[in-house]
Amino acid sequence: MTLILMITISLTVSAGVLLLLSRDLFRTLVGLAVLGSAVNLTVFLAGRPGSLTPPLIPPGLDRLAAGAADPLPQALVLTAIVIGFALLCFALVLGAWISQRAGHTEVDRLRLSEPPAKDPLKPTILKE
Amino acid sequence: MMLLLAPLLIPLVTALLTAVLPAHPRLRRGLSLAGVLLLLGAALALLVAVGPAGRLSVALGDWPLPFAIQFVADGLSAALVLVAALLGLTVLLYQFATEPANREAPGLQPLVQGLLAAVVAVFLAADLFNLYVWFELLLMATLGLLLLGGRPWQAEAALKYFALSMLGTLLMLAAVGLIYGASGQLNLGALAVVSQAPGVAPGLTLFAVMLLLAVLLKAGAFPLFAWLPASYHTLSPPLLALVGGLLTKVAIYVVLRLTGQVFSATPAFLYEALGWLAMLTLVTGVLGAAYHWDLRRILAFHIVSQIGYLLLGIALATPAGAAGTAFFLIHNILVKANLFLLAGLIWLSAGHPDLRRIGGLYLARPWLALLFLLNAFSLVGVPPSSGFWGKFLLVQEAFAQQRFLWGGLALGVGLLTLYSMSKIWLEGFWKPHPDPTRLAGSQPQGDGGPRLAYAAVTFSTLLVLALGLYPQPLIDWLQQATAGYWAGFGPA
Repeated sequence: MTLILMITISLTVSAGVLLLLSRDLFRTLVGLAVLGSAVNLTVFLAGRPGSLTPPLIPPGLDRLAAGAADPLPQALVLTAIVIGFALLCFALVLGAWISQRAGHTEVDRLRLSEPPAKDPLKPTILKE
Repeated sequence: MMLLLAPLLIPLVTALLTAVLPAHPRLRRGLSLAGVLLLLGAALALLVAVGPAGRLSVALGDWPLPFAIQFVADGLSAALVLVAALLGLTVLLYQFATEPANREAPGLQPLVQGLLAAVVAVFLAADLFNLYVWFELLLMATLGLLLLGGRPWQAEAALKYFALSMLGTLLMLAAVGLIYGASGQLNLGALAVVSQAPGVAPGLTLFAVMLLLAVLLKAGAFPLFAWLPASYHTLSPPLLALVGGLLTKVAIYVVLRLTGQVFSATPAFLYEALGWLAMLTLVTGVLGAAYHWDLRRILAFHIVSQIGYLLLGIALATPAGAAGTAFFLIHNILVKANLFLLAGLIWLSAGHPDLRRIGGLYLARPWLALLFLLNAFSLVGVPPSSGFWGKFLLVQEAFAQQRFLWGGLALGVGLLTLYSMSKIWLEGFWKPHPDPTRLAGSQPQGDGGPRLAYAAVTFSTLLVLALGLYPQPLIDWLQQATAGYWAGFGPA
């Protein structure tokens, strides 16, 4: 179980980083989402999955049976999934709006908020 | 219990009320103002109840402690909550004065209150996952504020801000999960016990560093600060003051608490690395500021530079360094916000935020010139201003630890800050306005008129002056509050 999860996580992280390094707006956003899934899996793995004993205290006892599953990482992952999903939707709408307005999806050409310097005395940081 | 939770609940409830009541814009503003005033009262009550060396704790739901969600206030966090409330009040009054109520976006007041709630919550939260959730709320509120104006450049700024902040958030979540996996704890107090026990799992240090890197990204430290100067300047001046004053400083507070109280047994070479990171942040930030002509962008780069000072005190890893960082934190929140508000007034009075296209304000707006000069001196650290005492505490401790290069660089960057501030002074106030017709006409268009905006900034400047002229009570308070930091751990 751990090995399968580890391989899955490393593959997902690689895919996410590859997409993130792209200069296309939507690839970048999807890359963040894929990376988010990898992180969720990591949190899940950190909670030592694999136990099939439910985290319920059996009747008559006052503590969990040995080797019971840890419910906390799953609660954490659930919260993270909800937040991540909301942020992804938000980012996709934002990206759609920006690309419609700009007419392209190249991140390098989105320079409205940081226009290149037009001052002849100063070095331009990035060429237009 | 209510005493500790009130500063968190008041802005949350106000955010909900201002969001759901289909209110008249003026009513929404009234609600928001009432919320901030209540928050101020609650913060004062908390400060008095906690005292400099005291500690208040609430474990929600009556669960026993490492399991319950815990909130803790100590002398430092109570003081910071009060500063956040004061800044919220100043910013709201300024916003009422400069922006007409009937053209205000309906989402503005709820987002401002949500931001305040998240800031207060980060100051008080005492477990890692809770910290992560409140950082997410901060991110969402800031994204909302960035997008309120609906301009295309604001959307691009929000996108850049989102991409890097999201990366930080993901790193933080992964670190939180891994720390839980390695130690079985999320509560900060319990983590401190585990991480300081002999024979710490080597993985825990690694994961703690990962967590710190994520928080440092949110603090705008070198090299991942590109999101900050790319996005901040697209906010309107009052929102810029709120976001620029609080956001990165909240992250610095978390770094201070995580290193000083929780993972204080971190190996010395990591503090060394943090110190060099602080130096690089200091220098790159101030050089970035020197390049620009737009008031807002100059000040945004100075945020980065000031983060370097704050990190320097943390890298020194002693109670004295922590007290220096704490003092600098309070000074910097107030001064930075004042300067952004003044930049807004300069823009309104002279017609443009670009220094090459304005001037002549010294004659036309002498009071504005005085306010700017007081705050600029404080940012530079001219004695006896609040910035001087902050830098004095930090540099003194750096020299005491034989860190002459760090202390010297911190002083040298002060000179470059002076260069930036004198650039604003010479270009904006001293030289004649290139187009004098634009100088007279423009005035704030909001409800209270310019008087209220000036009154708000003057109030906040008086706070800064008081910190500079009479710093000892606050220094004593913070030294008592941070006395336990790095107790027995960290580099000697």
